[in-house]
Amino acid sequence: MSVLEWLGANLGRLVFSLIVPALTFVGLYYGFIFLRDSKAPQWVTMIVAILWGVGGVAVLYWVSNWLVEKLSPAWMSRIQPFIFVGPAMAILTWYLAIPAFRTLYRSFLLRDTNQFRDIQNYVDIFTSRNMQIAFRNNLMWVAIGTTLCVAFGLLVAVLADRSRLENFAKALIFLPMAISFVGAGVIWRFVYDPNAAVGLVNAVVTTLGGKAQSWLALVQPWNNLFLIVILIWLQTGYAMVLLSAAIKGVPEDLIEAARVDGANEFQVFFRIIIPYIQGTLITVTTTIVIFTLKIFDVVLVMTGGNFGTTVIGVEFYQQFFIYQNEGLGSAIAIVLLILVIPVMLYNLREFSQQEVF
Amino acid sequence: MHSLRQQRFLGQLFINGILLLVCLAWTIPTFGVLISSFRSEQQIKTSGWWNILPHRAWVETEQLPIPADQSRGVPITIEGVTATFDQFREGVAAPDGRRLIWIGNLRSGHIAVQERRWTMDLNFTTSNYTQILAGKTVTVINPDGTEKFVQGQNIWGAFLNTVTVAIPSTVIPILIAAFAAYGFAWMRFPLRKVMFVGVVALLVVPLQIALIPILRDYKAIGLNGTFLSVWLAHTGFGLPLATYLLYNYISSLPRDILESAFIDGASHFTIFTQLILPLSVPALASFAIFQFLWVWNDFLVAVIFLGLTNQSVQVLTQRIQALVGQRGEDWHLLTAAAFISMVVPLTVFFGLQRYFVRGLMAGSVKG
Repeated sequence: MSVLEWLGANLGRLVFSLIVPALTFVGLYYGFIFLRDSKAPQWVTMIVAILWGVGGVAVLYWVSNWLVEKLSPAWMSRIQPFIFVGPAMAILTWYLAIPAFRTLYRSFLLRDTNQFRDIQNYVDIFTSRNMQIAFRNNLMWVAIGTTLCVAFGLLVAVLADRSRLENFAKALIFLPMAISFVGAGVIWRFVYDPNAAVGLVNAVVTTLGGKAQSWLALVQPWNNLFLIVILIWLQTGYAMVLLSAAIKGVPEDLIEAARVDGANEFQVFFRIIIPYIQGTLITVTTTIVIFTLKIFDVVLVMTGGNFGTTVIGVEFYQQFFIYQNEGLGSAIAIVLLILVIPVMLYNLREFSQQEVF
Repeated sequence: MHSLRQQRFLGQLFINGILLLVCLAWTIPTFGVLISSFRSEQQIKTSGWWNILPHRAWVETEQLPIPADQSRGVPITIEGVTATFDQFREGVAAPDGRRLIWIGNLRSGHIAVQERRWTMDLNFTTSNYTQILAGKTVTVINPDGTEKFVQGQNIWGAFLNTVTVAIPSTVIPILIAAFAAYGFAWMRFPLRKVMFVGVVALLVVPLQIALIPILRDYKAIGLNGTFLSVWLAHTGFGLPLATYLLYNYISSLPRDILESAFIDGASHFTIFTQLILPLSVPALASFAIFQFLWVWNDFLVAVIFLGLTNQSVQVLTQRIQALVGQRGEDWHLLTAAAFISMVVPLTVFFGLQRYFVRGLMAGSVKG
């Protein structure tokens, strides 16, 4: 069959196959223009934006799959997997994989120029006073914050397991997880406010005969602990939920057997429950460690990083976004990435040990 | 036998006691701000929210006219108490335990007779909410009867923006991740394993690593400051976890369902949309809640890609952060704004708590 003959037989199909995607793109493009330029009331824009965004993605999948199904079966089964997996891989590559290398490259450049300055950005980071404070504080956040989150989570999980108030108590402790860091900042400003008529802590202190203090500004470096309390308040719920589920998974007869052998409650807890839930403990701890390494919003809202409370996340934001120093910002981001690499390797090792793939 | 029961009772008392204490400590900060958001500006600045609880304070029982023709510094006698004007201004204790306070200045005003009593401050107002929600000027009536005009903050606009950001930023990554998860679970293609290892590796990568290059790209193609830019960013940062979670779920679905569908001649696309998506609703819902809360509460991604200054696209967290920065003294506005920003996540959270918990347990590795 010559090309011409094939074309003659399939021209209609071919044109149709081209028109449908073309129409889709035109439609989506006009949606974008409408959203960019329209002066419609805000709620109209909101609805159009949501429909355009969500619907657009669905339509793109549908159209590209429709096109692929027009191919011969052999080609279809070759290409179709990439219709399914491709978009996700493309976005991951553009948004996470390649940026890691671009940021690495940029971390050797001066500000937003293309001028190399070797490792000078890294030298700046490790010699700057603010960054040294940030490293110290991040260490405090990770060490103290994570330990106390896990400890409180474990305590509540164990106690709630034996109480009739279980669901009530868990819901209340879990609730802060739904609150944004910015919102939590407002809430905790009312706890730490220097004015005893506003701040709860100072009200208690003055009632007990003490003197009202500016807790977040004056008592360095302990003011970091007051900020860490906010993290504990937010994240204990997470630790509690996971640990509670793990504790419920400990076989009852194992515990009964230990009790029959004369073990007291503390021995049961430390010799049986803790080893049994070890895997969950590691997961919870690493998740909170990673979360805490990147801590940012709380500090920004509470102190703006002043009074010796700055952390790596805040320094990154200041350098990159406020001072527009992309080189230094990139170097800080790379430091952050290096800090999470052990966890990444651990995840990969765990994954390769599973036989699912 | 008796002592065993007693012991158990004491044990329960001890456990519940500690639990209640922890719950109290966890709830008080939020509760305090909730109460404060319904108190007037003046109340917030002069007395703590805990004054709604019964406490002992000076309560006015009587008003006396001021004695005529007084001069400063000369002692005055009122109700058998002699003191100077300045002392009366501070408040002077009468022998019977009452207190006399000169309200106003020397020539005008009154003497308040106060008694120490148990009292509660239960004056609530919704004016903070009306002020913060309206975009225009609002009249506020002070407790002393005077009126004042206040420029509203138009949090409502930021609220709509947050919805516009949050819904597509939740649905798009789920859709894309579900397709990918199905592909990884039920299709065979080259580099399949390498790609999935990549997904696992990206799970913990901090998003800070991506912000600088992505912002450059956005500026180059004119995308920064648009909702699309934030949707895509949240999609990118949420995809590793979404793909990983949904893969775990979809790959555990029984194989024979799929095989019988194939024998019936269904295509991958039909199986995915008609069979797998409905079956995966629990997993989709748990990730949806997770992602929705994360996106709704996000500040960093929004501020970087939507910008600091353009109010027409600002989301709630940005607006509240701006309020904290510029007007740190406007406590009454902050409280109301904070609560408006919490309404939706708290509703989602309480309504779908079970799904949320399941999502947390399935994927506790997010970066």
